[in-house]
Amino acid sequence: MAMSEPVIETSAPLLTIEGLKVHFPVTKGFFLQKQIGSIKAVDGVSFELRRGETFGLVGESGCGKSTTALAILRMLTLTAGRIVFEGSDITNYTEDQMRPIRQRMQMVYQDPYGSLNPRMRVRHIIGEPLAVHGVNRRSDRYRKRVDELIDLVGLLPDMADRYPHEFSGGQRQRIGIARALALAPSLLICDEPVSALDVSIQAQVINLLTDLQAELGLTILFIAHDLSIVRHISDRVGVMYLGRIVETASRDELFDHPKHPYTQALLNAVPVPDPEVESRREEILIQGEVPSVRNPPAGCHFHPRCPVAVPQCRLQAPALLPTAKGAMVSCHLVHSGEGVARVHGGAWGQSKGSE
Amino acid sequence: MSEVTLPLVEVSVRERPAFIAFTLRLIREKPLGAFGGAIFVLFLFFGLFADFLIPYGVNETNLRVRLEGPSADHLFGTDHLGRDVLSRVLIGAQLSMTIGFIAAGLATIISIVLGVLSGYFGGKVDMLIQRFVDAWMCFPDLLFLMVVISIIGAGVPQIVMALSLIYGIAGSRIVRGSVISVRENMHTHAARCMGAKTMHILVRHILPNIMPVVIVLFTTRVGAAILTEAGLSFLGLGVPPPTPTWGGMLSGTGRTYMYMGPWLALAPGLCLTIVVYAINVYGDALRDLLDPRMRGSR
Repeated sequence: MAMSEPVIETSAPLLTIEGLKVHFPVTKGFFLQKQIGSIKAVDGVSFELRRGETFGLVGESGCGKSTTALAILRMLTLTAGRIVFEGSDITNYTEDQMRPIRQRMQMVYQDPYGSLNPRMRVRHIIGEPLAVHGVNRRSDRYRKRVDELIDLVGLLPDMADRYPHEFSGGQRQRIGIARALALAPSLLICDEPVSALDVSIQAQVINLLTDLQAELGLTILFIAHDLSIVRHISDRVGVMYLGRIVETASRDELFDHPKHPYTQALLNAVPVPDPEVESRREEILIQGEVPSVRNPPAGCHFHPRCPVAVPQCRLQAPALLPTAKGAMVSCHLVHSGEGVARVHGGAWGQSKGSE
Repeated sequence: MSEVTLPLVEVSVRERPAFIAFTLRLIREKPLGAFGGAIFVLFLFFGLFADFLIPYGVNETNLRVRLEGPSADHLFGTDHLGRDVLSRVLIGAQLSMTIGFIAAGLATIISIVLGVLSGYFGGKVDMLIQRFVDAWMCFPDLLFLMVVISIIGAGVPQIVMALSLIYGIAGSRIVRGSVISVRENMHTHAARCMGAKTMHILVRHILPNIMPVVIVLFTTRVGAAILTEAGLSFLGLGVPPPTPTWGGMLSGTGRTYMYMGPWLALAPGLCLTIVVYAINVYGDALRDLLDPRMRGSR
């Protein structure tokens, strides 16, 4: 049904997420499991993916990037929110209803070792999505498609009959990408696809992804914590902190004019590969640690570590609102006129050398 | 060498068929285990072809050669009725191996079914099954066997059934553990993510990856079942006479004539010891070789 629908006008986003919340209950007790709290892994995330773009999702470990990805794939129970994919609201789809949708969105995993079944030949790893969706493993169609995919990701044809342990990390990641592409999905969710690889191999895999995107018109949700890779590959970027999106903007806007104090600090933490510039530039240090997601601070989640926080930040969570340049920022100071100046003013500079 | 090309792909040598490669590794890395495996196979052979190997009839008596020691005619001597001990030990091997294999096989199947149900589906199912297993494991094995046999009578099918229940239910815990660890692997997640049905995941992802554990479980259970069956026969609760069993031979003629004819106890006793020892070292070797964490260490 989803396949036969007429193509929706191209301006409509491929995927829209509104107010997505994923809370994990924390229970206590053996027989009568009482809920004593919840972990708000994702707490009201909204963004949209336009067709053919790469959306980078960044943030430090534990901020809910991967949980967001799993929620989009409907691999987790949603607490609240709405997911609209290719024009249909899949939020409450049953597993049977999801099956055709799963052909359209696929995932590339972080760990190239654990994500391939060690007891399956590469041919059948790559062909598994086909087999799952009813293509006979002995049919010509299956063999042809697998050969095609092996070629597409730059592996050699005679590798098809080997086992994953015979491959290097980069090759395994290619196998994982080939598997994700088997059903010709429109959305590819890459959850830190290169963080387990060494740098030269990272470049190969990233280039493969961009080539494939150009060739197949893929939309990619790219999750990473490596900002330089996100800058290289993304069209737009979203920054997450403690289960919420603090800023989304086009790549250049975000990297050149970060608005949110957290984004600024995050970008500032990236070392510059030039010792002279590095020694002269202002250093922004975020004080303290990430608060626990079990008990996040009231108001703006970032306020205990924010050097420019005002009393309002403690009381009221800022909404994600658009700014002049098409970016979306969730910060009280950015939206009240004087605040922007304050964020960009001396406040960050004062923290220099305080460590 | 003027051009230096960075190889994008490594070419690896094609491996020998898995079974032969594994056997060679077993011999090289675990000689004792390989030896145990060889003895195991030898006894299996004796058991399978016992009917053709026995020099005399099992219950064929010859009162002229009562309680004679080992000789060229009777390699393991004769018992108080002049029956050939070698023939009886061979037929006993047949029975022991049959019971050991079938009971261990059934036990493994029970373990897999319970372990997969419990480990893969988790939650309430897991809770129920595991509390049942807890309760089950509180009963001493032999006591359960004696109760079952006194109710439904002694005989090979009953013993096999009871043994497979005992070992199957206890072994489900081991299977459950490895199912849980495989279930959490990302390739299982990937399969669910592409819309695979539960059956597909179980057959293609879970079962192949718990096979090392299952193989080891099976081999150790063969030894345990043989030993327990011998124990039952020793107590007179096993397969009824005159069918020769190792345990029965030990307790009957073996004990009564221990001083006049020590070979009567030694023949079945040594066979039992050797077989169970062989199976155990073989199982240990398999466990070590099949566990990737043990690779490289001896």
